[in-house]
Amino acid sequence: MKARVHVMLKDGVLDPQGEAVRHALGTLGFSGVEAVRQGKVIELDLTATDKAAAEAEVKAMCEKLLANTVIEKYTVEIA
Amino acid sequence: MKAAVITFPGSNCDRDLAMAFEKAGAEVLRVWHKDADLPKGIDIVGIPGGFSFGDYLRCGAIAAQSPIMRGVADFVHAGGYALGICNGFQVLTETGLLPGALMRNAGLKFVCKPVDLRVETADSAFTSGWSKGDTVRVPIAHHDGNYTIDAEGLARLQGEDRIAFTYVENPNGATADIAGVLSDNRRVLGMMPHPERAVEDALGGTDGSALFRALMSAMALA
Repeated sequence: MKARVHVMLKDGVLDPQGEAVRHALGTLGFSGVEAVRQGKVIELDLTATDKAAAEAEVKAMCEKLLANTVIEKYTVEIA
Repeated sequence: MKAAVITFPGSNCDRDLAMAFEKAGAEVLRVWHKDADLPKGIDIVGIPGGFSFGDYLRCGAIAAQSPIMRGVADFVHAGGYALGICNGFQVLTETGLLPGALMRNAGLKFVCKPVDLRVETADSAFTSGWSKGDTVRVPIAHHDGNYTIDAEGLARLQGEDRIAFTYVENPNGATADIAGVLSDNRRVLGMMPHPERAVEDALGGTDGSALFRALMSAMALA
């Protein structure tokens, strides 16, 4: 079973890297970009076979390590 | 005063921190990150600057899960003192021993230069050698020093007089110019600037010495 975790800065937390990317896109002539937010994708190969249990476990991983919930939010996809 | 200084893979200010403690008259024990416990009888633990675990995932995130950090948490919860500098500050926020988080500098660049700090409180074992409002010159060297905390957390820090240092000129976008914060029992200090790099005239100044001397006198009284 595979899990994919998306980690993004919470809404309202200023993302200096995303802002720099937006600026660079503007410099390249892509004028229609209003905002850029940059995050992380983390893929995990799991031995679990039960989807709900896997999801609960990956969420626990996010809370403990994969995301810093002071500034970041996360979503978990199990496939 | 007996101090322990932790070394993680990628720490690079551990010797400087040990030397700063020793220069103030402390006995220093060096501790490896895989050790499960801190040495018995220490007064303070120092968590040094550097790039623990290559800053993988987030600065300090992997180090925060090291065996020794469980020992540090137990020590702090029992009323022990801890000083986290630069990467050490990041480790302390990642373990939840200090509030907030350190994000990428607003200017996106690694900033390495001496800066002026304002002492915001003299009410701690770390800052009692100064008066509130004093200005001290200490180097910074970081890429992720942009201290971030929500409005509620900031109000709490301000209300409880837990902001130890602010930048006179904000170099990294930190919320409310914050350079260092104290825990609620005032025994844990995390700061991005490097006082341990400001204890020798030959290396640019000695403004950082007052922090280690203040700790020394606080521990002598304890």
